[in-house]
Amino acid sequence: MRIAGIDIGSRTVKLVVVEGGNVVFAKKRITSHDPLVTTRELLRGVPYDRAVATGYGRHLLKRYIDCDIISEIKAFALGAKALVPSCRTILDIGGQDTKAISLNEAGAMNKFEMNDKCAAGTGRFLEVMATALGFSLVDFAAAALSAVRAEKINSMCTVFAESEVISLVAQGARRSEVALGIHGSIVSRSVALLNRVGVRGDIVFAGGVALNSCVRQLIDSRIAMHVVVPDDPQIIGALGAALYGEQH
Amino acid sequence: MSDYREMWSHLGLDLKSHDALLTTLGSAYRDIFLSQKDRPEGMKYFDFVMSEVHGLRIKELMDAKAQGRIVIGSYCTFVTEELILAVDGISVGLCAGAEFNFAGAEEVLPRNLCPLIKSAFGFKMGKVCPYIEASDVVVGENTCDGKKKSYEVLSQMVKDLFIMDLPQMKSETGKQLLKAEYRRFVEKLEAVSGRKITADALRKGIETTNAKRSAVKRLAAIRKADPAPISGLDALLVNQIFFFDDPARFTDSVNKLCDELEERVGKGAGVFPKGTARVLISGCPMAVPNWKVPAIVESSNAVIVGEESCIGERGAQWLTDGQGNTVEDLLERITERYFKIDCAVFTPNASRVDHVREMAEKYDADGVIHYSLQFCQPYIIESGPAERELEKQGIPTLRLETDYSQEDTGQLRTRVEAFVERLRGR
Repeated sequence: MRIAGIDIGSRTVKLVVVEGGNVVFAKKRITSHDPLVTTRELLRGVPYDRAVATGYGRHLLKRYIDCDIISEIKAFALGAKALVPSCRTILDIGGQDTKAISLNEAGAMNKFEMNDKCAAGTGRFLEVMATALGFSLVDFAAAALSAVRAEKINSMCTVFAESEVISLVAQGARRSEVALGIHGSIVSRSVALLNRVGVRGDIVFAGGVALNSCVRQLIDSRIAMHVVVPDDPQIIGALGAALYGEQH
Repeated sequence: MSDYREMWSHLGLDLKSHDALLTTLGSAYRDIFLSQKDRPEGMKYFDFVMSEVHGLRIKELMDAKAQGRIVIGSYCTFVTEELILAVDGISVGLCAGAEFNFAGAEEVLPRNLCPLIKSAFGFKMGKVCPYIEASDVVVGENTCDGKKKSYEVLSQMVKDLFIMDLPQMKSETGKQLLKAEYRRFVEKLEAVSGRKITADALRKGIETTNAKRSAVKRLAAIRKADPAPISGLDALLVNQIFFFDDPARFTDSVNKLCDELEERVGKGAGVFPKGTARVLISGCPMAVPNWKVPAIVESSNAVIVGEESCIGERGAQWLTDGQGNTVEDLLERITERYFKIDCAVFTPNASRVDHVREMAEKYDADGVIHYSLQFCQPYIIESGPAERELEKQGIPTLRLETDYSQEDTGQLRTRVEAFVERLRGR
C-alpha cells in the first residue's frame, strides 16, 4: 500500500510517498497564496492509496481530500525517529514555527515547546533579514560564515529586528557581521527552546532552516550532543505523516 | 426576547455598540455551545440565562434596585458574597471576558497588560456592560499589580469604587489583614444599604452561598465519570453563570442538571466516547465569554474534566463554616474560608500545585493544560515550576499563554492536538 504524507507548511508544501517503509517519491513546492491548489498540483499524477496530512494547512486539506490528520509535532517525531533511530531530541525550524520535541526511550513524543505566535526566530525571520541586507538566502548564510565577529541583534521580533538591522547598516556596520548576529540570535532562541524540553541523545535538526549552513554550524558549536541534519531536512514532517499512515 | 432598549438607554449604554456585541456573542454561543452533540436537557436553563444575560437578568437587578436592594459588582473571587447577601444585596461579576474596545482601553492603559483588565476597561469605556452600570458599588481588589494600578484609573470612571486590600502571604498578619478588610467591607455595605448586618442575616448569607458552592461541587464530582456526562464547555459555562445569576435559582438549576447527569452516568451515557483523552485546565480565570481554549481542546479529541481556576474549583471548593453566634465569629469563619484560596498572587503558593495534582487524580485526568492570560505575571511565573512538578509526578502538562484574540488559534490548535496525541500515546 502506498501512503502519501503531505506537510502543508507556511512556506513550502512537502509530499512524501512511502511503500513498505521506504520512500518511493518525494516532492515539494512553495506554498503560495493558495495552499490547496498547490497541494493538488503536487499530488497530480502521483498514485497513492491513502493520505495523511500535517502542517498548518492540515485541517483545510481534510475538508477537500479524504485524509487523516496528525499534528506536525507528532509527524516530526515519527519522521526523525525513522531516519535516525537513536534520536531523542528534535529541533524543527520551519517557515513560521520553531519546535523542540523530546522523545522517550520508546521513541514516543514526550515534551514539546513551540515559539510564540509570531514569526520571531523562524525561517520567515531569516528571509526578511536577508532581504533587509540585500542578500539571497544562500549568500546570507555564506556572508555570516565569513564574519569573524557578530553585531549584537537584540530584538527577536521580525519587525523590530528589521529596523535594528537597518539602523546598524546606517551606522556603518559590516553586512557580514550583522548577518552573523542575526544567525546567532535565531540559534540562541532555538537552543533555549531545546533546553526547555531537555537535550538528550542524538538530535535531529530538521525544517527548512536546517538547510542554512551558518545556523547548522552555530547549533553544532552550541550543543555538546551529536546533531544530525537529514539529507532533505524539509520533508521530515511529510515522511512522519506517511509513516503514521502505514502504522495506523 | 422582550425589548430592553429603554432600560439599556436608561443605564447609559451605547446601543449601537451594544447591539453589535450581542450579535457577536449570540453567534459565538451558537457555534460553540448549541452545536455540541447530546447536550443535557438541563443546559436549557443556562442557555436561557445566556440569551437573557444583558436582558432579563439586568431587568431583575433594576427591579431589585427599585425595591431598595443594592448591587455590588466585582472582578474577583475574594469578594465575599456572604456579606453582600447579608445586607440583602446582589453580587454580580462584571464583564471582562472578551476583546471589546481594546483600542479605547489602550488610551488609558498600557498595551502590554492582561486582556482581562483591558476587557473590563473596554466594556466600561465602550458603554456596553449593563452590570457595571447597574452596580451601586464596584469592588476592586489588590490582587496583581495590573489590577491594583488599573483601579486607580477606573476610580475616575465609576461612581463608587471600593478598594479592598488583600494579603500576599499566608501568614497570621496576612490573615488579620484579610479580616480587617472584610470588616471594612461590612461597614461599606452597611453604609450603602442602610442595613445593619446581623448574625442571623449573615448565617443565611453563608447558607445561600454554600448551597451554590455545593451544587457546583456536585457537578464537578460527576465529571469524574468516563464517558464524561457533560462537556467541559458546558460545565465551564455553569461556573461562569455562578457569578451573576440569582443564587437560589442557580443552585436549583445546577442540582436539576446534576440529577440528569447522574442518571446519564448510571446508564453509561456521555457526550464523548468512553476513553476520550481527559484534560484538566489549571490557571487564570476564564470570564464569560472567554471560551477560546476549551473550544479548541474539545474539538481536538479531548474532553475537559475540571477547572482549577477562580471560575471553577479554586473559587468554589471551600464552604464557609456557618457556626457562630456573633457577626464577629462568623467574620472569622469567612476569613478562614477565603484565606484558603490559593491564588497565584500569594507567595509562596505551594498548595496550588497540590490541588492541581489532587484534582487530576480525583477526576481521572490524563494531563493538565496550564492556561495563562498573556502578561499575567503571577500565573505565568507559577506555570514553570508547576509544570516541572506535575511532570515529575508523571502528569503530562502543557503550558499555554494566550489572550482574547483569535489570531493564534492555529498555533494553539497545533499545540493542543500534539498534547492530545501525547496523552493518547501513553
